[in-house]
Formats: sequence, structure tokens, C-alpha cells
Amino acid sequence: MNCRSEVLEVTVEARQVEEAMLALLHTILLHRSSGKFHYKKEGTYSIGTVGTIDIDCDFIDFTFVRVSSEELDRVIRKAVSEFKDALSGDGMGQISLEFYQKKKSRWPFSDECIPWEVWSIKVNVVNLANEQERQICREKVGEKLGEKVINVVEVINRHEYLPKMPTQSEVDNVFDTSLKDVQPYLYKITYQITDSLGTSVSTTMRRLIKDTLAL
Amino acid sequence: MDSGLSPQDKKDLDKFIKFFALKTVQVIVQARLGEKICTRSSSSPTGSDWFNLAIKDIPEVTHEAKKALAGQLPGIGRSMCVEISLKTSEGDSMELETWCLEMNEKCDKDIKVSYTVYNRLSVLLKSLLAITRVTPAYKLSRKQGHDYVILYRIYFGEVQLNGLGEGFQTVRVGVVGTPVGTVTLTCAYRTNLAFMSNRQFERSAPIMGIIVDHFVDPPCGGQRPANMGHPCNYRATDEDDGGQYAGCQDSQEVCTTSFSTSPPSQCVCTLSPSPSKLSKPLPLDSLLLPLAPGLVTHTLYASRLSYHPPALAGAAELCHPAANQVLHAGKEHGGVVSGPAQPPHGADAQLTAENAANTPGSSGDDAGLMHSGERRKRRDEGRRSLSPADPVESLNAFTRKIGAFVNKPSTPITAASLDLPFAAFAPRGLDTEDNDPMVQPPDSPPCPSPLQASLHSQGSEGSGQQDDFVMVDFRPAFSKDDLLPMDLGTFYREFQNPPQLASLSLHISSQSMADDLVTQLFKDSLPEKLAVYEKNIDEFDAFVDMLQ
Repeated sequence: MNCRSEVLEVTVEARQVEEAMLALLHTILLHRSSGKFHYKKEGTYSIGTVGTIDIDCDFIDFTFVRVSSEELDRVIRKAVSEFKDALSGDGMGQISLEFYQKKKSRWPFSDECIPWEVWSIKVNVVNLANEQERQICREKVGEKLGEKVINVVEVINRHEYLPKMPTQSEVDNVFDTSLKDVQPYLYKITYQITDSLGTSVSTTMRRLIKDTLAL
Repeated sequence: MDSGLSPQDKKDLDKFIKFFALKTVQVIVQARLGEKICTRSSSSPTGSDWFNLAIKDIPEVTHEAKKALAGQLPGIGRSMCVEISLKTSEGDSMELETWCLEMNEKCDKDIKVSYTVYNRLSVLLKSLLAITRVTPAYKLSRKQGHDYVILYRIYFGEVQLNGLGEGFQTVRVGVVGTPVGTVTLTCAYRTNLAFMSNRQFERSAPIMGIIVDHFVDPPCGGQRPANMGHPCNYRATDEDDGGQYAGCQDSQEVCTTSFSTSPPSQCVCTLSPSPSKLSKPLPLDSLLLPLAPGLVTHTLYASRLSYHPPALAGAAELCHPAANQVLHAGKEHGGVVSGPAQPPHGADAQLTAENAANTPGSSGDDAGLMHSGERRKRRDEGRRSLSPADPVESLNAFTRKIGAFVNKPSTPITAASLDLPFAAFAPRGLDTEDNDPMVQPPDSPPCPSPLQASLHSQGSEGSGQQDDFVMVDFRPAFSKDDLLPMDLGTFYREFQNPPQLASLSLHISSQSMADDLVTQLFKDSLPEKLAVYEKNIDEFDAFVDMLQ
């Protein structure tokens, strides 16, 4: 199938990178997470409940909603903080959230990861000269993030391809079942940094989620 | 028309749409409460969380939504709308946004009801959660309390967007196709927020005759107009049965009144249900908020079921019965209740608030404020009207009331002994302060306002005890008992043309001021000073080098 790809671009100040990324990644994951599945005998399953938390940003005039799962939050924060460290200073970079499905292949071939949705968030970091500009930036970035959230919601509500609901044996090919309170679709986060010349000098791929290719 | 849906599917679909509508309203109203929402994920399904999302159900909101729907479902031409509006302390109101849940004819026959539609409705609710934090009204609602409150109103039928002003924007939250139509959720929000300066608000006519007055027997006697919304500041109790909701109305007993400093004065009554109805008692911490100018309903932050009757007109009626309320409550506790501000003295109410705001910690010495007249006041509790003729006199009649359980002898001090305006607020000698529980209530932190002091002294037992409140007496400048026996006008006329300052009346002949100064400098032996500096220039240079 085709993988759909969405690109979001934001321009932020250095200290806003973390929160802006968290806001967008969590908004996407909110829509792509489900409650834990509990399979019952007849092949049916019931779904757990997903809670939500409002998070206020400190450096941006913005509040976003994320799923109420500390584990997931930790994973995302770790990824974003690595991205932020790699960005260090001004420059451009891109962080990608990819949802994929695993397709089991026969031995000795390893499983394939087939992405079905990729979100790329391009970040452009600027440095501001004085406090007044920073204040304006706070509000502007807040508005921009609001627009991005609306974009995300628009895409998701097209209700395009979603993996079929799996049987119990297949659930790990579709969902990430490692968390104890929510169950997002299988995803991985990668990033790359562009240097100030605009060329992609280093493509740094980091595996932050257990990936069977690493086996 | 037979949509080919099995009866079970049809039933399920109707149920889904009904609960989706109710949950939509909950999400929207909760997003405008002004607080951050936090719910927990639960891996084991409880069976009661619709759409697999932990969305609390505020009983009042469910009740209103059900009332608006009146057993119907959103259908073609019948939309369910939640209107969010802002109401300032002056009584102006403005629609901020309208969320519409609509149904159109486009059917998706092949879709599976019990599975796909349900999941898509769940995703749509998540989108709603995200979008409600993005529209401009969210930030406004987080800051509500002091100058304005956010209200909601639910109606069913035709969508009305007239109140949103020009240039309103629409955002589509999402759509879900079903076999009987497509569910669409949108939000139209106002972009032109510049109404405060123009004061061009309109009170639109009642819609569909739905009276959104959920207090069956409002103690303040006022009937809210049909188009008035509900305040978005209710916190759900922890009780699960929605039936408790009806019970809340019977137990309103406390009325704390606060005043606006801008005339005409308005009284806004906030009522808290009795503690038994709240999962937690009204925390007194909430009353630590200073009585800032502008509308402060302290209980907005803590109280959890607030009722805002129309503030402007009918302030008289509002305060009056409120006074009754307080009086009665006060009597029960054997406390002293002096009549609160009577609205004919709009200025009085205003001044009292101002005073309370300006009152420093050791505000007043209640002894000073207790005139012999106070004893009379105690006896005349039932008397509601104070002498209207002289506002100042009636101000003096607002003595500082001691809390019910304070054991303090009253020492009347006549006006003559006060030789300063605001003398009442000058720090007093230690002996009076020590004995004065009003100023230093036992076992409680220093109170910035006498209101608190009296409440603390009542034993801090929670909302049931807050029926006394304190009126602070004060002496504005130029009031009758002031030192200078003149009124403001005379004072102004007399001191309107003060004599010139001596320093400014130098020989202003042909020389300019600057010249004058320079001349003076030179006269002050500046050249000599310069010579000294030049002589020691090496020393100074060495010093500067040392510093670097």
C-alpha cells in the first residue's frame, strides 16, 4: 500500500524546540493510540480506556493534550531531547514519526517494517535578540502550533488507511504492546539535522523503539 | 427509507450518536472551565467509558444536554449546538464560539456500525479534545475569574452564528460517515474580540424558549434571562449518580458578595452548595484572594457550583435577598450580622470594596470602628434599610462585625479621638493588637483582609460557617469626620493656585534656566575642583587600571 506522508513546518526559538515537538508528536500519538486490547475467548476483544492530560507549555503560549501515560511520555521526551541536543544552536532539522506494520517473513529473512503513515516535522531554529521579540515569538509560535494541530486533525479525520484490527497473535505486528496503559500503533521516531548551509550533511538515524531489524 | 441497516445496528448507531453528543458537550464545557483536565488511563475496561476515552461526566452538563436534546438525536436540520460566551463583571456578554454537531444526508452504507463508526467517533472525540485547546476562547477561559466568566448554553435546532461578529472563522473538527448520514463537528469562533471598547453587545432574543435556569428556586430571586448561559466553572462531585444533581439546589446557603468598583455597583452572588454536596468543603484558601478592584467572586476558584444572576439591573433585588440569606444564616450561628450594602447606596458598596482592597494587614482596629452605634445595629439586625439620605452616614453604620465566636470586648472610640484620615488603619499599639483576634486571629496566618479574619475566627470549619462577612468601616478623605472641616470642592478651590516654589523663582530675566545653573556651578568653585582632579590624575588612572 502507499504510505502517506505529511510534513509540518515550524520556526521556533531554541528553547521552544522541545515543547513544540512534544506538542505535535503527542497530538499525533493521541489520535493513534488506543486502549489496551484484552482478547477474549471467542476471538473478540475489549479495549481499555485512554485518559488525557492537558499540558501547558512554559516557553510557548500553548496547551496541548496528550494521552495519560507516563511511560509513553518518557519515551517521547527522550527522543525529543536527543533531537534538541543534536540541533544545538540555530539550524534546521527534521524529526519524523513513522507508523509502521510488521510483516513476518519466513526465516531466515527478518521481518519487514512497512510504514503506512509518516509525519515529518521540519524545524527551523532562530535566535532572537531581545526580550520583546521573545515575547512576540511566544505568542506567534503558540498560534502556529494551533494551526499545526488543526492540520494534524484534518489529516487524521480523512480516515484513510488504517491497519486492520489484528487477531491476538498478530497484535504485535500492528500495535506497540509494551506499554501498560495505552497501546499506540507501532511507531518509530527518527531525526536528521541539516547544517546551516541547507545540505543534509549527516543523516543521523537513531532507533529509539525496539525494532526487529536490529536483531 | 430503509437504509439496509439491521435493527440491532440501528439501535447501536442511535445509542452511539446520542452518547457521542453528550460526550461532545462534556468535552467542550470541561475545556472551558478554566482548569487543566487530567484523567487516567485504565488498561482494564470498565465498560462505562464511552468511546474508550476517560471523559468525566459532569451531571449538570449532562442534564442540560439531555434537556436540550429532549429525546431527539442530531439529524438533518437539527443540530446540537454548544455556545460559549464571555460575560464581564459589568454584565456585558459576548459570544465567543459555537460548536455544532450536525448530521447531513451523505450516507456511507457499507460502513460497519459497531466497529468502524465507533472507533471513528472515538478518534473524533480525541480531535475535539485537541481542538478545544487551540481556539482563542481556551486562553480566555483559563484566565477567567477576575473580570469575566465563561458561560455555556446548549441548544438544539438551527445553528445561529450571528452573535459571533464579523469575520468569524470556522474550523472543522472532523466527520464520521454512518449509514444514516454523516456526523460533522465544527466550531465557529469569533475573531473580532474588540468589543470591550465599543460595548456593542447585543442581548439576543431567547432561543426556542428554553429557559436555561437550572436553579429552580434561586435564592436571589432573580430569574435569569433565557439566553444566559451557565457558568463554566462547575466541578463535578465524586458522586456518580446523576440524581444527586437535583439535590444540589436545595442546599445553597452561603452567599458571599463582592463588589465591583465601577459604578453602578453590581452584586454578583455566588452560591456554594452545602458541604455535604461537595466532595470537598469550600476551602478557605480561596478567600485569601485579595478583594481586588473589579469583580472577584472568590468562590469562583473554589466553589464549585456557582450561579451568576444578571448583575446589572436588579442589583437591588439581588443584594437584598442575599442580605436576607446572610442574616438568617448569621442568626443561626448567633453571630452578628450587619446588613450588607443596600443597593441604593451604589457608591457605598463600591467604596466598601475599595476599602477592603486597600486595607493593610492590621486593618483597622475594630475597636475604633465600633461605635456605640454598633450595639444598636446588633439589635436592629432585622432592619434592612439604612438611612439613604447620607451615604457617608450609612457607611459609618457599617461597623466591623466581629465573627461569631470571637470573644472581644468592644471599646467604643469616638470620632474625635481619630485625628487622621484613615486613622482607623494606622498601626495600633501592641496591646490592642494582641488582644484583637480580628487582626491576629488565633492559629492562623496573618490575614490580609478583615473578611478573612472573621472567617478564621469562626473556626475555619468550611463553607457552612461563612455566613458572616465583614464590612469594614473606613474614613475617606473629606468625609464628614475628617480633620479638615471642608469638603472636597472647597479644598480644591483653595489649593488650586499654590505659590511658586522658591527654587524655581530665580531671576528669570534674560537668562535661561540652564544658564542659571551653570552660573551657580561656577560660583561653587568648580574650577578649583577641576584643578585638584587634574593634579591627581595619575592616581586616578592607576585606580581605574586596578579595577579592570
